[in-house]
Amino acid sequence: MAEPVDAAGPADAAPADGRRARRGSRRRRPRPAVGRYVQRLIVVAYLFFLVAWPVSLVAKNAFADGLVDMRSILDDPDVIHALRLTVYVAIVAVVINTVFGVGISILLVRYEFPGRRALSALIDLPLSVSPIVVGLSLVLVYGGRNGWFGPALEDAGFQVIYATPGIIMATVFVALPLVVREVVPVLEEVGIEQEQAAWSLGANAVQTFRRITLPSIRWALVYGVVLSLARSLGEFGAVKVVSGNVLGETRTATLVVEEKYLNFDRGGAYATAFLLTMVAVACIVVVSFIRPDEGQP
Amino acid sequence: MTAVAVPRGRSARRRRPARPGGLSRVSGLGLGVAMLWFSLLVLIPLLAVVVTAADGGWETFRAALTNEQTAAAIRLTVGMALLVTAINVVMGTLIAWVLVRDRFVGKRVLEVLIDIPFALPTIVAGLVLLSLYGNDSPVGVNVANTRGAVFLAFLFVTLPFVVRTVQPVLAELDRDAEEAAASLGASRFTTFRRIVLPALTPAIAAGAALSFARAVSEYGALVLLSGNLPFKTEVTSVRILSSIENDNLTSAAAVATILLAISLAVIVTLDVVQRRIARRG
Repeated sequence: MAEPVDAAGPADAAPADGRRARRGSRRRRPRPAVGRYVQRLIVVAYLFFLVAWPVSLVAKNAFADGLVDMRSILDDPDVIHALRLTVYVAIVAVVINTVFGVGISILLVRYEFPGRRALSALIDLPLSVSPIVVGLSLVLVYGGRNGWFGPALEDAGFQVIYATPGIIMATVFVALPLVVREVVPVLEEVGIEQEQAAWSLGANAVQTFRRITLPSIRWALVYGVVLSLARSLGEFGAVKVVSGNVLGETRTATLVVEEKYLNFDRGGAYATAFLLTMVAVACIVVVSFIRPDEGQP
Repeated sequence: MTAVAVPRGRSARRRRPARPGGLSRVSGLGLGVAMLWFSLLVLIPLLAVVVTAADGGWETFRAALTNEQTAAAIRLTVGMALLVTAINVVMGTLIAWVLVRDRFVGKRVLEVLIDIPFALPTIVAGLVLLSLYGNDSPVGVNVANTRGAVFLAFLFVTLPFVVRTVQPVLAELDRDAEEAAASLGASRFTTFRRIVLPALTPAIAAGAALSFARAVSEYGALVLLSGNLPFKTEVTSVRILSSIENDNLTSAAAVATILLAISLAVIVTLDVVQRRIARRG
């Protein structure tokens, strides 16, 4: 990303194979090529052994017996239910986080209010709180038996913990800062001149947002949404605590992976994991294509 | 996740004092709704953890933390998180350096690889690490159920943080000073140490804080990989979970309070670092 482009001669225009790139850099300033190759090799090897190889094995193990494992999980109504629940929860969580994220970003960047700095710092808190602690905290407040609000909500016929609302809350909690963190810097970067111009020309709040603000944060928003989606589909710890993990009811896809693996259905675990991995990788690839645009003014 | 290094405070001088009249009621309402939601979802539940821990009284709190098994879990978690963070500081900076300054075919692939640990479900992360470094390891390295498993899982899930905070700062760095240093005869290493590194330090610190927080709070990647053996591979999150499952919420809350204190310390560090970057920029 954002590489300094220098001396755009024919050498640089050509596909950047190793030698060309090296020659280009030598022209820029004397620099031993060996060191650069060593750095490159260390980085590639590190990422290969830590990420690329292990992750690629999930595909190999999922299809070790051909399509048998994949078929068996896709024929299992409980797994299908878990996949449906996961997608449903993720979509609801992403919608909530997008609305909340855009709203709070605009408030944080464009308005001055007491406690603004504290809020801006606290928004990041979910990123560093353990998923287990997230689950525990929700149980303590919304637990049906002795939570702070849980019994009252349950009397009103609304169960949170060990039910879908709890899973959604846990998922929203862990993915909460992602949209805000992408949108805030872009909002700060674009400034307010255009919005002010729209205002002075008589646009109302909705028009200004739709015609001016939204287009300028569009890519950051997509980026944040895709990251939230990946995070929401994959939440495990917090969901494990609040869901009760009831087969066919509150078991999500990540819980299926754990359960299958611990019950020695390795093939089923790998097949489910493969589906989750595909979605995660697809999200990241989408993001990596968006990212260069994001930096453009 | 890249937002860390981007100075949020910079807009302070540009920020408009207020919208033209009329909207303040709407924005006030929006702020109210947002704060209500944020409180119900995050602040009140986290407060409940601290209150529940305090409810048990100081003695219960101390008993929960001085429980030998819990103390061992906290020591292992914090120690391993520090080790992994130290490795991330070095490797993360190196990776960011190569991604920004080097050019080669397949760099795009590396960019994708770095984000994968962030997007991959943690339980799947544990599973994939297990398939390469577990019992049936094709490379003959078996870390399953050892402390090596904790180390490996932490290293995997924290990979993106230092890279993604350092990368944008490095990309924006003015290279004049480096070239001046080089032309005055400084070696590459000296140039890096004296010119580049000081400019990167706040970003590295921010990335290290995030990476430490993530490692300390990790749970999912360890479930299948580490075996959760008491005194050996059991980490703090697992301790909390077993307290929850034994319906001992007070003890769970006491240990969780320690993790929350670490999270808060990290958030404060990030805030301070961001402000420092903003002031200098």
